[in-house]
Amino acid sequence: MTGAERPLIAVLDYGIGNTHSAQKALEKGGADARLTRDAGLIADAAGVVLPGVGAFGACMAALRSTGLEAPALDAVASGRPFLGICVGMQMLFTRSEEDAAATGLDVVPGTVSWIPPGPKIPQMQWNRLDLTQPDDPMLQGLGTEPWVYFVHSLHGVPDDPAVVAATVEYGTTINAAFRLGNVFAAQFHPEKSSRPGLALLGNFVRICSEATSSHMAEPISTEIMTESS
Amino acid sequence: MRTARVIPCLDVTDGRVVKGTNFVDLRDAGDPVELAARYDLEGADELVFLDITASSDNRETTIDMVHRVAEQVYIPFTVGGGIRTLEDARTMLRAGADKVSVNTAAVQRPELIAEIAAEFGSQCVVCAIDARRRRADGEPSPEVPEDGWEVFLHGGRTPTGIDAIDWAIRAVELGAGELLLTSMDRDGTRIGFDIELTRMISESVNVPIIASGGVGTLEHLADGVTEGGADGVLAASIFHFREHSVAEAKSVMAAAGITVRPA
Repeated sequence: MTGAERPLIAVLDYGIGNTHSAQKALEKGGADARLTRDAGLIADAAGVVLPGVGAFGACMAALRSTGLEAPALDAVASGRPFLGICVGMQMLFTRSEEDAAATGLDVVPGTVSWIPPGPKIPQMQWNRLDLTQPDDPMLQGLGTEPWVYFVHSLHGVPDDPAVVAATVEYGTTINAAFRLGNVFAAQFHPEKSSRPGLALLGNFVRICSEATSSHMAEPISTEIMTESS
Repeated sequence: MRTARVIPCLDVTDGRVVKGTNFVDLRDAGDPVELAARYDLEGADELVFLDITASSDNRETTIDMVHRVAEQVYIPFTVGGGIRTLEDARTMLRAGADKVSVNTAAVQRPELIAEIAAEFGSQCVVCAIDARRRRADGEPSPEVPEDGWEVFLHGGRTPTGIDAIDWAIRAVELGAGELLLTSMDRDGTRIGFDIELTRMISESVNVPIIASGGVGTLEHLADGVTEGGADGVLAASIFHFREHSVAEAKSVMAAAGITVRPA
């Protein structure tokens, strides 16, 4: 495979949680996925993944202490494909009810709120996505019944409801995925969601690969022009 | 939507899956990674690997197995057996396990649950409880003045005097995110879960309960959810030797009105 077909994806490693499985699942999807906190490598990557498990405040503190906040925000601002997973998704929001003192990355304006009382908390189970943005390239090929695995006590409530890409029913309607420009964020764990999850990560790898190819097209044609002139 | 989970349990020793009764007469049931991949294809929602290796010399083999499973199986899995310290838990989670299950060490030193939860979150900590009914038949008896269930250790051999419901509540307070409840009276009997025990525990705590011990038919799995209030059902032998597939289990559960992820 050429570099364009096997895009470099930076999985931000801020020392919390099981980032190993996200990396392995992206490699299965065809990526050259690297666990990293190297700002240079993150800047060079075709796409960036922000994983996370545990507590919002602890994850934000770890992201900052490992110097990854600025590279993460730069990656979002660069327009390259960006994927947040679970607490990595929650960190993209402005704030979380889990830790009022902690501030998020504020990429997706809104609040991470507790799942309304009723069902068992956390939601630790598989659930079926209802796609509110079925045409999103990340949500193609997930099958007619995309069941995915959740472990969470809070969910994102964006200021602009139009950014919600998928929901699930859990006592009430819970937001499960978001799309804002180049950013896709999932509350569930695609790396633990068997075939639909691998399909979603495969979509991310393909989108990264296509973004790299179109980016590469310009300099290559210029080079040919230079040689022939 | 509340969805019940079907969880095959794989007892492993020296890197192989084995199945026996009460830790004797172990039969080889296959390669853990191959079995795990098959269960994933059949629609298993999660897997539990229970390391029954007697000596700690072979821990490296188990860690290697966890690595291999994590690289090839994309559903959540728990590793239990021999998790005695925070460092043991850290090793398994870093090797790729999603959760660790603690049992004996947590009864002996309950703070272990809090320590793992503080570092990795409650969702990583499963407290396994092996319980035996004080009165085998539930009838009044002068020899056993108090009914209820007692926590046992070491695969059901060592009584603790601790009430199973009290321990369940305490474990959740300490930070256990899930309870794996095994009836030692029913384990290996194939006559069904201890429904009363399962219901008592599931009504006492607000974390998911996985019922285990005694499954002989697929209807038993459904009963664990509909009658016992379990969030997940765990079984080993009915799956390993291909008596039943996970898909068959799910269709029986669905027919009983339980929401399951289709296989």
